[in-house]
Amino acid sequence: MTISAERESEVAYPDPTPPHAGGIQGWTSRPGWLSQHLGTAIVGAVAGYLIGHWLGNVIASGYNYVANSGVNAIANTGGLLLGALGWLIGIGALNYPLAKMVGMEPAPEQETTSWTRYFRYTADHKVVGLQYVIGVLLFLFTGGLLAMAIRTELLSPTSHVFGPGTYISIVSEHGTMMMMMATSAVVGPLGNWLVPIMIGARRTAFPRIEAFSFWIFSAGYLVILTALPYGGFPTGWTGYAPLQTQASGGMMSYLVGFALIGSGMMAAGFNLAVTIVNYRAPGMTWSRVPIFVWSILATCALLTLATPTLVAAGLFGILDHTAQTAFYVNEHGGSSYLWENLFWFFGHPEVYIMALPGFGIVGEILPVFTRKPLFAYKVAAAGMVGVALLSFFVWQHHLFQSGINPDMRPLFMLTTELISIPTGFIFLVGMGTLYKAKIRFEVPMLFALALFFNFLIGGVTGVFLSDVPVNVTVHGGFFVLSHFHYTIMGGLIFALFGGLYFWLPKMTGKTMNKKLGQIHFWMMFIFFNLTFFPMFIIGLLGQPRRVFEYQQNLQALNDFSSVSAFILGSSFLVFIANFAWSIFIKPTPAPPNPWNSLGLEWQTASPVPYYNFERIPVVLTDPYRYGEEGAPPVADLGEELVGAGAGPRAGTSTGETSATSAE
Amino acid sequence: MTDTAPTPSAHQPAGPPSAEPRHFWRMFAIWIVLSAILDPLFYFLVGPHVPPGTMTSSAAENQLDFNILFVIALPVILAVWVYLGYSIIMWRASRKDAPEPVGGEAARTNLRVQTAWITVTSVIVLFLAGFGTYELIQNYGAGGGQGPNPIWKPTASHILPVQVIGQQWKFTYRYPTYGGFETQQLILPADTTIAFHVTSLDVIHSFWAYQLSIKADANPQVDNVAYTTTRQLGRFTVRCSELCGLWHGAMYNFGQVVPKAQFDSWARQTELTTAANTRLLPPFAWTYVPDANGAGGGYYNNTVDPYSPSEVYGARQPAS
Repeated sequence: MTISAERESEVAYPDPTPPHAGGIQGWTSRPGWLSQHLGTAIVGAVAGYLIGHWLGNVIASGYNYVANSGVNAIANTGGLLLGALGWLIGIGALNYPLAKMVGMEPAPEQETTSWTRYFRYTADHKVVGLQYVIGVLLFLFTGGLLAMAIRTELLSPTSHVFGPGTYISIVSEHGTMMMMMATSAVVGPLGNWLVPIMIGARRTAFPRIEAFSFWIFSAGYLVILTALPYGGFPTGWTGYAPLQTQASGGMMSYLVGFALIGSGMMAAGFNLAVTIVNYRAPGMTWSRVPIFVWSILATCALLTLATPTLVAAGLFGILDHTAQTAFYVNEHGGSSYLWENLFWFFGHPEVYIMALPGFGIVGEILPVFTRKPLFAYKVAAAGMVGVALLSFFVWQHHLFQSGINPDMRPLFMLTTELISIPTGFIFLVGMGTLYKAKIRFEVPMLFALALFFNFLIGGVTGVFLSDVPVNVTVHGGFFVLSHFHYTIMGGLIFALFGGLYFWLPKMTGKTMNKKLGQIHFWMMFIFFNLTFFPMFIIGLLGQPRRVFEYQQNLQALNDFSSVSAFILGSSFLVFIANFAWSIFIKPTPAPPNPWNSLGLEWQTASPVPYYNFERIPVVLTDPYRYGEEGAPPVADLGEELVGAGAGPRAGTSTGETSATSAE
Repeated sequence: MTDTAPTPSAHQPAGPPSAEPRHFWRMFAIWIVLSAILDPLFYFLVGPHVPPGTMTSSAAENQLDFNILFVIALPVILAVWVYLGYSIIMWRASRKDAPEPVGGEAARTNLRVQTAWITVTSVIVLFLAGFGTYELIQNYGAGGGQGPNPIWKPTASHILPVQVIGQQWKFTYRYPTYGGFETQQLILPADTTIAFHVTSLDVIHSFWAYQLSIKADANPQVDNVAYTTTRQLGRFTVRCSELCGLWHGAMYNFGQVVPKAQFDSWARQTELTTAANTRLLPPFAWTYVPDANGAGGGYYNNTVDPYSPSEVYGARQPAS
């Protein structure tokens, strides 16, 4: 057979060296609390913050950007930046480059199965993926608590739970945290964990960059949290400029936090894009790449190309506050439009960073539970690439009423309407796959179907928003708020939870409780819609976003929405209970392929070995050949060569334990 | 319609000819009945009440635009819902005698379906973009801010300019054709084309006259122009719809459209009663340079009692 002929070239496959994070010689190999882990990272962050803050005060003592505010922006920025640096040094992210710099040979990482590896800087993409799962969920639930606070305040149009300053800080913090979380919500956990296995690779292209992306992402989480003790920031997640320039305190946390998160996004996107392009197993041609990998590739293109704009824009903002430049200060020759355009030039591709991975997830879930091949695979892949390209040409639809050149408006109306064509392909794919299927309503499938319901409403209302005349009424109101919650939460977050219920059995080796999963789904689905659908009407009736007072006659709708939001929020408690119960308290081992999927990621052993595959698989076909007599298996795993039991890692290459690095 | 129709129909010949129910026609029938009932119901019952009403030309046109979009969007939504509901009921695995799905090339791609889908969605989307552009241009910018150099200007012979000045956290209005007096009351004449010149003294606000269907961002040092023609008398709400800081939520007031003669007498009288204060204001200009040295812009003199009986404040020239 030709398979064995392809196996001949296996040794030449460029990946025999184990990835390692590169500890200091004789240090990380030492077990226990003396090595580097989350604890030392926290110590490093605190030390770095104190040093940076002190240094800032030394450099510019008594400097108040905002008169009499008592806030020294230079000390703030210095504290946050050095705190993030201390966090990275503490976790050991800089060991490898520093050791190389002084000519030392970094120690290879120990192959360990200890639970402590989840608290360390590790080059194993599966560990990083699970670290991201916890990180993203923590991020999501923190932002969710703030949403509960917002809905509590909006219970009454006139009597207040929070003062206006506290309220606007909560709103801004909620929006910023959710947007930061959503950038990495799928790419981080599922992208890092799944992509190498789906394409038959043993690791990602740059394992240390992959670990770096997580630890700087978590540093961003801590930095944006510091906005609250600094007194918050009043700008919302958009950070529009004269208000940004006017604000102090928490504003620096926003700017530095977005810069850190942006660095993490670029790192994660770059690493996964290179992995997908270069690390596909033999036979994994572009027409066999799973649709989830396509969606991650399109997302990675956006992450690497759009995010630098955000980081640069944030840097300008930091300079305005600390070095008294005037990038965004109108009266000194800058322009507030500069921020608006830079921000949305990043911000609109960002919206698709949050949509595409969700499409990829449902594209993987649907064939498994319909027992049918994915319909119109090539259209789906083309659609994702098309969305990624077009998303760079629509950003000014956020500025329709802002006083941009008026002839830009028909142009951006057109491009915005056009992007709904490739976005709509996901419906063609979904509906074609459902046709004459045999649908099993497992929990992941429920979430996947819910995405179609939610995203339809989110997508159609997006067409309303793109129409400039209608935009006059709906821009800046609850209508647009509801629209993007329908796309981001109804799309991405539903897909994320579908993906977690779908892949967690493989990722953790434990079965999630089905009953609790169903309760979680129905609570989340029903009360998500009951929370956000009334907001379309609230918006049409004239309630602007981010207000703490509204018209008396809108109280009934707002209260309805608030109560639904509380139940929606509590649905996540069901998930947390399920997660804790099924993974930690009473774990039930999951079979290697519980859903009977044909995907490559399900064919390897469970728990997935350190190198993912005993032998590099040779991919024979795409993973969607359901309902087909005599279809070949997705890949030749080469198990007959190493023995069916897949014992110790044998064979592949022997010289790999030398400490030299592959990169 | 349109989106779902081709999918099953094109599959039809491939299936077994006799026993198989005609899925496409069933779905099509459900869909056409639902659309035929709900679309007119919406258009004739709900449509006339859709915000922002018909108080001005831009409001009426934007209401019509919303309704047309909705009448097109509703069948699209219904098509997907009918298809989803039908598949969930008909093709669930728990059904007795559920047939095994057939894979293979026919289930993977179908050129006719894909072409039809792309054609139909493209036609809808291009029509909507064209229609939106037509509404935008023939309606003189549809009440949205056109920036300092508007290109779609009303042809009316008499246009009343009103300057809207956003500031933390209120809107004030100046009437240049009445000596540039400044007031916190937005009074407009009926049956008149109005040009709103929206600017700001500090941060970005957004002037949203809800019932008038006017929305224009108030940017410092930018004159953002929006047009409309008033049609009906009555009160309307003005809200700030761009986050502008602490009291953004409380930044609203009410305006009124009154008969022309009443407006004229109000304006002339206000011009007279506020003449002393107008002299203290900066001379009327399309934009004002905020005071860069103070956080609040420094337009108003803080030493004057804001609750003075005349309700107009003293002011000083911008410092920069």
